[in-house]
Amino acid sequence: MGFFDALSRGLERSREALNEVFYFGGEVDEDFWETLEDTLVMGDMGAEIAMQVTDDLRDEAARKNLRTARQLRRALSERLSRVFVRPDRDIFRDTPSCVLFVGINGAGKTTTVGKIASDMAHRGKKVVIGSADTFRAAAIEQLDVWGTRAGVPVVKRERGSDPASVCYDVLDEADRLGSDLVLIDTAGRLHTSPELMRELAKVVKVTRKRAEQMKRGPMAVHVVLVIDAATGQNGLNQALEFNDALGLDGIIMTKLDGTAKGGIALAVASRLKLPIYRVGVGEQVHDLQEFDPDDFARALVGEE
Amino acid sequence: MFNSLSDRLNDTFDRLRGKGKLTEADITSAMRDIRMALLEADVNYKVVKDFVAKTKERCLTAEVLESLSPAQNVVKIVLDELIELLGATESKLVLSSRIPNVIMLVGLQGSGKTTAAVKLAYMLKKQGKSPLLAACDVYRPAAADQLATLGGEIGVPVFRGDGKNPVEIARASIREAVDHMRDVVIVDTAGRLQIDEQMMQEAVDIKKAVKPDQVLMVVDAMTGQDIVNVVSTFAERTDFDGVIISKLDGDARGGGALSVRQVTGKPIKFVSMGEKPESLEVFNPERMAKRILGMGDVIGIIEKAQEMADAEQIEAAERMLREGFTMNDMLEQMRAVKKMGGMKGILGMLPGGQRALNQMGGNLDESVFERNEAMIMSMTKEEREKPSIINGQRRARIARGSGTTPADVNALMKQWGEMNKMMGKMRSMTQQMACGGKKGKKGKKGKKMRMPGIPGMGGMNMNQLMGGANPFGGASGGSEMDMLRAMEQQMRNKR
Repeated sequence: MGFFDALSRGLERSREALNEVFYFGGEVDEDFWETLEDTLVMGDMGAEIAMQVTDDLRDEAARKNLRTARQLRRALSERLSRVFVRPDRDIFRDTPSCVLFVGINGAGKTTTVGKIASDMAHRGKKVVIGSADTFRAAAIEQLDVWGTRAGVPVVKRERGSDPASVCYDVLDEADRLGSDLVLIDTAGRLHTSPELMRELAKVVKVTRKRAEQMKRGPMAVHVVLVIDAATGQNGLNQALEFNDALGLDGIIMTKLDGTAKGGIALAVASRLKLPIYRVGVGEQVHDLQEFDPDDFARALVGEE
Repeated sequence: MFNSLSDRLNDTFDRLRGKGKLTEADITSAMRDIRMALLEADVNYKVVKDFVAKTKERCLTAEVLESLSPAQNVVKIVLDELIELLGATESKLVLSSRIPNVIMLVGLQGSGKTTAAVKLAYMLKKQGKSPLLAACDVYRPAAADQLATLGGEIGVPVFRGDGKNPVEIARASIREAVDHMRDVVIVDTAGRLQIDEQMMQEAVDIKKAVKPDQVLMVVDAMTGQDIVNVVSTFAERTDFDGVIISKLDGDARGGGALSVRQVTGKPIKFVSMGEKPESLEVFNPERMAKRILGMGDVIGIIEKAQEMADAEQIEAAERMLREGFTMNDMLEQMRAVKKMGGMKGILGMLPGGQRALNQMGGNLDESVFERNEAMIMSMTKEEREKPSIINGQRRARIARGSGTTPADVNALMKQWGEMNKMMGKMRSMTQQMACGGKKGKKGKKGKKMRMPGIPGMGGMNMNQLMGGANPFGGASGGSEMDMLRAMEQQMRNKR
């Protein structure tokens, strides 16, 4: 199933809401714009962006004399897709590459690492996983199961050990094995905990330093924020804080297979100008798909 | 938590406060701000609409508009409505006389069910129950391992069954509980999406198999607008009895919590605020609503302080009164403040404290604590017990030993001096009281008194910090408990 179809299925409900908005009697009146704004707010993109998008669309409609639902729908999806930044490379395919997964508790970091490891190993990459979540009970075991499924080695230490040292170990191992892709899982943490954020900054620093000295030449290190699609406006705070502390390279959005619209991705992308590398639209490995802004906007708006 | 929402509402009402009399236009403008703030706080769009309409109507009555203090009235109405929205009464865990009692947890993936299960077990254990945890998440790799590890840490057994069939595991866990004399079974289930028919049916089947006394839904405080779809489906299928809001220790405004009650009519029973097993608190709507409105959480501080103050500390306070305040006492106090979440944590809970914090750039230099601690640790035993013997030479040595400057040591000494003076005053006050004098009325003495009671605050003037109001009244020095009680008294008087 393609990205657009999977998304369309996932975003069915929000499309229904928008369909109602676009089902007007041919007259674009004040009510129409208000309902549109409300509908966008309900998609979690934030009141500010919703208003901005609505205003822009209003201007455009007046300027280009857009009147039909079809025209407005297309203009809206184009406006939304413009918010997103396109990644200049795929950090998982364009190897050698080392990717650190960060985010709050329960965002889906470990599962995402497991899925990407399976997917990339399947595509013939030499992958190694580092389990730097040394805090959560059974996080290491969870990753181990994924490693076995994917047939990928997992570098780990006992629970409670220094996460930065695990990163060092995994890069040593990658050097020894000549790996293409290093995926490092970190412990979930709330961005409001300065101590844990400092710990993570150290993890990133150590990883960057070690990655410079790989035998096959320096390995690029990317820090990716994993964010739950159901997250509300707090997602923006999360992204800002993680970005301040670590310097993010991009985002992965998980759990878009529910009824959540994932509007927070729009808010984060527009505020931080960060690309979205992958979107999770289901439980299976292949459900973690590459993100296409046009498809996302089209699926959201329900353009046929 | 909820800080930004209270900030916004405070701004709105500051503007209203400036006026003697409100017009309908003023109310409309305030309501627009409130609407926006609530939306940004992730309160569901429909809930906001109803809330604003209802509140506005109440605010537009002649009584409010023509009263002497319309702004206060508006604040009160917003507060009342908010409390009602959150559920007017505290709602605790209801257990029946059946043995074993069964509590079942449900929720989305990553909402924090396993953590909540462990926290609940810990709480029940502390209350004298003997809980059993049942690991019914057979899907997420190592989920049962996670529960087993955490259960081991708090000394609560975990039943894993065959690790294959969740309904069977749940059923068998009840037998296990009967066999091993456990009186409460907490059934931890797998995370599921509300649109996953198969998984939702499984939850229904588990419920049918174990007939839980309580089904609790765990909801992430950061969830956005979609929370309404999620909880209404879960309510429909599993008919849960109450909600645990998780991850409230972040800065999510948690507006979703407001929506849950409104949409499902189910009460919020607990809030989960940290990684430790003891960080599960009973939900209190009034306290929460006040916090939302920036009216502080004085009761929260007192409860917290009470928890921390054990018999040992009370004894220490008495000794302090007898023998004066030593550096060891100061160290104790600093550590106690740290335990309560540091100055920032305490200030954040005080009325207006969050705003004071924001005015200071949201940052309090907590490193003072560490510096002071280092200095005290660099003192000899004798110096700590009798700080008055510390002369210039000793100061220089302490500064070298702790990696600070003599000026830092001087500041610490000055703080100690002030606190010791306070202690002297307290001593004579208590002696007066003991001599059959009139009961010393709090708040009578020294209105302009500086607040030296909290070490580590350096020369920070509490008056300035609290925006002009002196929340500490005449209470001075002594243990934090006295100080906090006085603060609470002051709050009550104000109202």
